[in-house]
Amino acid sequence: MNDPKEVSNTRRNLIVATSVVGGAAAAGAAVPFVTSMWPSERAKAAGAPIETELAALQPGELRVLEWRGKPVWVLRRTKEMLDSLKTISGQLQDPESNASIQPEYAKNEYRSAKPEIMVMEGVCTHLGCSPQLKGADAKAEMGADWPGGFYCPCHGSKFDYAGRVFKGAPAPTNLVVPPYSFTSEVALLIGEDEKKGA
Amino acid sequence: MATSTTTSTTTPTSRLGSLWQWFDSRMPTLAEQWRIHAAGYYAPKNFNFWYYFGSLALLVLVIQIVSGIFLTMSYKPDANLAFGSVEYIMRDVTGGWIIRYIHSTGASAFFIVVYLHMFRGIMYGSHKAPRELVWIFGVLIYLTLMGEAFFGYLLPWGQMSYWGAQVIVNLFGTVPFIGPDLALWIRGDYVISDATLNRFFAFHVIALPLVLLGLIVAHLLALHDVGSSNPDGVEIKKVKGPDGHPVDGIPFHPYYTVKDLMGAVVFLAIFAIVMFFAPEMGGYFLEYNNFIPADPLQTPAHIAPVWYFTPYYSILRAVPPLFNSQFPGVLAMGVAVMILFFLPWLDRSPVRSIRYRGPYFKGALAIFVVTFLLLGYLGVEPTTVWGQFKFDAFFLDTKEIATWVARLCTVIYFLFFFLMPWYTRIDKVKPVPERVTA
Repeated sequence: MNDPKEVSNTRRNLIVATSVVGGAAAAGAAVPFVTSMWPSERAKAAGAPIETELAALQPGELRVLEWRGKPVWVLRRTKEMLDSLKTISGQLQDPESNASIQPEYAKNEYRSAKPEIMVMEGVCTHLGCSPQLKGADAKAEMGADWPGGFYCPCHGSKFDYAGRVFKGAPAPTNLVVPPYSFTSEVALLIGEDEKKGA
Repeated sequence: MATSTTTSTTTPTSRLGSLWQWFDSRMPTLAEQWRIHAAGYYAPKNFNFWYYFGSLALLVLVIQIVSGIFLTMSYKPDANLAFGSVEYIMRDVTGGWIIRYIHSTGASAFFIVVYLHMFRGIMYGSHKAPRELVWIFGVLIYLTLMGEAFFGYLLPWGQMSYWGAQVIVNLFGTVPFIGPDLALWIRGDYVISDATLNRFFAFHVIALPLVLLGLIVAHLLALHDVGSSNPDGVEIKKVKGPDGHPVDGIPFHPYYTVKDLMGAVVFLAIFAIVMFFAPEMGGYFLEYNNFIPADPLQTPAHIAPVWYFTPYYSILRAVPPLFNSQFPGVLAMGVAVMILFFLPWLDRSPVRSIRYRGPYFKGALAIFVVTFLLLGYLGVEPTTVWGQFKFDAFFLDTKEIATWVARLCTVIYFLFFFLMPWYTRIDKVKPVPERVTA
């Protein structure tokens, strides 16, 4: 031992080394706790595609299905609904759906594989609420120029009958179209298409 | 030497006295802490009405912890059982409805008391040097309280619980790059589910209460080190009497313990009135949609957070998406809360109390309070509440009047803070007296 006021280099280095190793051990010990908060294997396994039958779906009728815990809409659009899509592209944020998520076969003016069948995740792209169907007759509530579509009650985002978002809404992109395919003329499979599967 | 040890050298006159002396000689810390924080803690003698809310916040914390413990005895943190177990508490558990209403009323009372406590701080300059740490610990307590309220709100597993959690968790999902993974990690599932409910229960009943207690201890220790400010904003430690104590100070105990006890009695009377006669407070303390079990497929027609979050919710809703991302709105909301941390440094006024500040600060604070209340009001209403503009213009991305008012209020909210270094510096302040005035 030298002068007690003088710091021993050996001791200081040992303290630093011990602290580093101890710190690494503490970080390692945190790993199981942090990773335990990821979805469990059981949660990951629950995500199979779902099938629905379309023969009974009336024109203008909206069917809400649950797929991966999310609402998925199937809407048989009427001719008026389809016509309303053509007149409003100037009021939309992303009329061509360039910044939005949809399979390639739904990247068209109707955002669907078949024009009259709309398949869409009923989850607002803003913060995940489920918008509501507001027909063109809801003008009193939605304003005189409302062409019909969907309205998100949480933060007021508005979408047309193809899930395209109107300007001035907090939602940044159009509603998401999930992968889907038609297993027969009247049977729809949601969550899986010919190309890539679920 | 002789004066400070007199108590421990006197012969005990009673059994209780000798028991205390036995204890005190083995653990003198207890008496010492009592002296430091109560009987020998000199607080300014001019505390007014606004100084009730600190001790009231502590009282509400105790109420929440006690009522929470008893709720836990009957509550089930399970997505299939949670809603039913809350109804079971309300209907079948003896006294269960009282305990739940205590807890739900306590949640709103906590925020009322804390908001008034914070307003007191801003009004009398309690955040200014040397009390910056007291203020920072206070803001941390406020943040923790927001987390505690949010986690707790999911537990009844009603519609508002579910969709409120959906929105808040998705706020984290908007963070660039890591957002979606972060939201997934918080939920522990691809949607709000049983896994989410279970972990929120753990956060609500143990993790955050522990953090809260630690922060409150830090808040009080920091306060007692620098001493309390007062409505005049003068340092009472500058003028001391021959006994070494501030001339304008009085021992916290018994003077302020008695005063705060009186405040607690009035507070509890009001609390009881709300709890027994208006526990739902017209849908503001307990929202009507939360009496419907959570339905992941159906968002209620009108959702709004509980009243204490609505000013920030309004800010979130007011900011339009930029660059195809809703993150700017989330960022604005986050900054609106985080900016409170910087208040001690934004405020450049040479005086603390509003009594000696000039017209700029008084005006700014008044406008800020109105703005904050207006944002809070707009947050509970749908954006269509005030109808639409009758005219059109190129810059009107939405014609909803309420959205534009919320945008204006959001700008004012931030200007209050961003312009503060400027208007507090050039403000015409009055001379501050040496001693407290009343």
